Amino acid sequence: MTKIGLEVHCQLTKLESKLFCKCKTNYRTLPPNSNICTICTGLPGSLPMLNRKAVEKATMISLALNCKIPEKISFFRKNYFYPDLPKNFQITQYNAYGPTSIGSDGKIGIEGKEIRIRRIQLEEDPGRLIYEGSSEKTMVTLVDYNRAGTPLVEIVTEPDFETPKQVRIFLNVLADLVENIGISDPYLEGALRVDANISMGEGNRVEIKNVGSFRDVEKALHFEITRQTSLIERNIPVQAETRHWDDARRITVSSRSKEEEQDYRYLPEADIPIIVMNRDSIEYMKKQMPESIVARRERYIQKYDISPQVADVLSSDRFYSDLFEKSHNEKNAKEVANIITTDLMGFADTREKKMELKITAQHVSDLANSIVNNKLTRNSAKIALQEMVKDGKPLADVVAKLDLGHVSDMSSIEKIIDEVFQDELQAVSEAKQNPDTINYLVGKVMRKTKGKADPTVTLDIIRKKLSTQE
Amino acid sequence: MNLGISAKEFISQVREGSLSVEEFVAKTLDRINQVEGKVHAFITVDKNAIDKAKELDKKIKSKEKVGKCFGLPISVKDNICTAGIRTTCASKMLENFVPPYDATVISKLKSEDAIIIGKVNLDEFAMGSTTEHSYFGPSKNPWNPEYVPGGSSGGSGVSVSALECIVSLGSDTGGSVRSPASFCSVVGLKPTYGLVSRYGLVSYANSIEQIGPIARRVEDIAFILNIIAGKDEHDNTTLDNKNEDYLTGLDSGISGRRIGVISQMIAEGIDDDVFSATNNAIEKLQSLGAECIPVSLDAVEYSVAAYYTIAAAEASSNLARYDNLRYGFDFGLEGYEFNAYVSKVRSNFGQEVTRRMLLGAFVLSAGYYGKYYLKAQKARSMIKSQIDKAFKQVDLLISPTMPILPFKIGEKINDPLKLYLSDINTITANLSGIPAISVPFAFSKSGLPIGIQLLANSLEEKKLLQAAYALQSITRLPEISI
Repeated sequence: MTKIGLEVHCQLTKLESKLFCKCKTNYRTLPPNSNICTICTGLPGSLPMLNRKAVEKATMISLALNCKIPEKISFFRKNYFYPDLPKNFQITQYNAYGPTSIGSDGKIGIEGKEIRIRRIQLEEDPGRLIYEGSSEKTMVTLVDYNRAGTPLVEIVTEPDFETPKQVRIFLNVLADLVENIGISDPYLEGALRVDANISMGEGNRVEIKNVGSFRDVEKALHFEITRQTSLIERNIPVQAETRHWDDARRITVSSRSKEEEQDYRYLPEADIPIIVMNRDSIEYMKKQMPESIVARRERYIQKYDISPQVADVLSSDRFYSDLFEKSHNEKNAKEVANIITTDLMGFADTREKKMELKITAQHVSDLANSIVNNKLTRNSAKIALQEMVKDGKPLADVVAKLDLGHVSDMSSIEKIIDEVFQDELQAVSEAKQNPDTINYLVGKVMRKTKGKADPTVTLDIIRKKLSTQE
Repeated sequence: MNLGISAKEFISQVREGSLSVEEFVAKTLDRINQVEGKVHAFITVDKNAIDKAKELDKKIKSKEKVGKCFGLPISVKDNICTAGIRTTCASKMLENFVPPYDATVISKLKSEDAIIIGKVNLDEFAMGSTTEHSYFGPSKNPWNPEYVPGGSSGGSGVSVSALECIVSLGSDTGGSVRSPASFCSVVGLKPTYGLVSRYGLVSYANSIEQIGPIARRVEDIAFILNIIAGKDEHDNTTLDNKNEDYLTGLDSGISGRRIGVISQMIAEGIDDDVFSATNNAIEKLQSLGAECIPVSLDAVEYSVAAYYTIAAAEASSNLARYDNLRYGFDFGLEGYEFNAYVSKVRSNFGQEVTRRMLLGAFVLSAGYYGKYYLKAQKARSMIKSQIDKAFKQVDLLISPTMPILPFKIGEKINDPLKLYLSDINTITANLSGIPAISVPFAFSKSGLPIGIQLLANSLEEKKLLQAAYALQSITRLPEISI
């Protein structure tokens, strides 16, 4: 059995300032080493000043992932030497001597599967190393401390994922969640970074690091599964090791480092006093929390009888979920969900494409009502949608322009059916013997009407005619 | 001109115009020139001090508003950051480090028009109790230059007792202000943890250390504390002292105060002269109306072991940043890979610092954390709870500051364990966070200073200073002869 666990680092990009000083979190556009101070470069004598808003944001993500929030939180130092770490220790949180990190024991459901969250910790991002050429061959390494001290939450899951696809869905849900509760913009470069660990059967655990974009995690895991499967088939034991994702070659490469053996000599951070978590403000935050994806999904299934699959897809995409909220009513909800998940999502699957969409809630609502009221066939609706997405004109204009109006009056449909029956004598007699072939005739009618005939009405009339004809 | 005047006297003379700041500072710089060869208190003397003195004289003459210090010359331990003046921590590792910012205590003193006359010697990174572990060479006891001045704030104790400044700022991690105060016959205060901002104090053991003043008079300690104490937005661990004025009521006396005599600190291993001086002090305090009763703090037995475990652990982390990449000393990167470079440059730490960093890394490493570090923290809470209990019965505690007399330079440098044990009386205040003061009280038959330590409950500096002032008022001590 394949077991995958994740360590997700999410920068709190929606905060103004760093975790322990007043430098900006928005370092991305600044010249190297211009967003630094005595604190984030760890000058002798400097002390960390905790950004209380970061604690608030970290509490929100912990609540959103159904974590327990302890009575008191505290910080620890993780000691190791690395050139991107100005103090040669990272201020982070640590639960080995009792739960003192901002969140622990959480869970979130994806596609009906529960992923347990082991812990969430608040910590500082190190600086950035810039290599001349590749990291292996470089002679010169440059250090940019602009990022050093940016607030991060590290979200550690239990090894509950069984497939790379589940990982992808989880990451999409998570990215959407952090954006939705206003703690981070996950689409900024480096704002959401993921390390994965994976073991297969009784094999050793392999860590995958350095995956540049969280969208590549699925690919890295697929590669790793293939690699490990082939080792296992040849009876070669899988090494417990850390592997880095090589973005250019799309493979994982052994990092040959001894990270496993590293002893971080954790030590309580005495410069930041223990923080008592105020229960009242936590309760208040809970109430302010936007409806979680999981809760939305449940509501879709319970209230509108939307299928679990559709509810999953819809609830986990904030953009389309919001569109649904604005365009549906009791009567057309299911149809709106269908339009969005089967047609609209196909047109616009990326963030950029979503932004370009000309479609409004009014469009979707009109479209769904037309289908519910038998004014448009699903097929015509899809064509109309395609048009509206591009130019944003009202549905009525599009229907008129493309002549999509429903043909549902009996006499015109009957006339067309008669024509089809005359052309398709062979098919008609077959349909009399075998009702399963009846759809062929329906298809012919639809083609003649360019999809405008109501398929239900058409089918009814064909059935009647077949049974009355000898 | 008398360089031995108190801060209070200096200020009133400058204020009334009978003393010019320039004259006093010039005289002080002469004095430094004259005695440094014998005592070696300073690492850096700030030549700009004389210009600042001139500016202040002008301001005073033209009746402009002048800060409370009126140009008071102050020396500062070289582990407290001073903008534009190098801050070496008496280490090769920071030989060329010039801080771009002032420590909070420095900006507070500067805004009250104190003049930083220079930066004074210490054991490297404040690790030691003799000032022998300085990269720049040892400081010497002004009462007998063959003897150690105590430490780690040796330069502070020496510069104040040798009349090279009026007050000094030191730092006290395990007794580093009180030990030189005792050995140099001056007053030294370790404030409550959190009373004085540590922003700009180069960390050694950040959970226990405090900046503290050293002066010749208790009233000068109260005066400086008024300026430097209080909550600081740059230090999360600082406490609100509600702008307490430590000077008013300083002479209230100690009649009716209950003073606990810590039996474990007047016991085996104590020097005979120190023993009798302590008993003498207790008698004198009783004659002033205090009630002295014996108090037992048996957890003190574990204090030295707990202190060295915790301090070393924190030191190993605090000193990790000295990799010479961003600041430090002159040593090129060319030809080194990161790890090789870091180990190469870090071999420039002195022996004592290396010893403590290794010890600290060891007690924090996987498998030993519970055995050593956590145990030390348990001992620390035990000491704290015994202290809390004691202060339910008494107002103050008393002991000799140091169980031994100053000893000769080099005499104990190869016996670190014996040296560590001499910190036993001072460490308790650091581990429990309470304030403690060393008051010069007597001299041994061999002519070496003996200090008495008073301790009070957290944030009770006022009570502590009143008792110290009372003790000072019944003590007559000789003047320095160098």
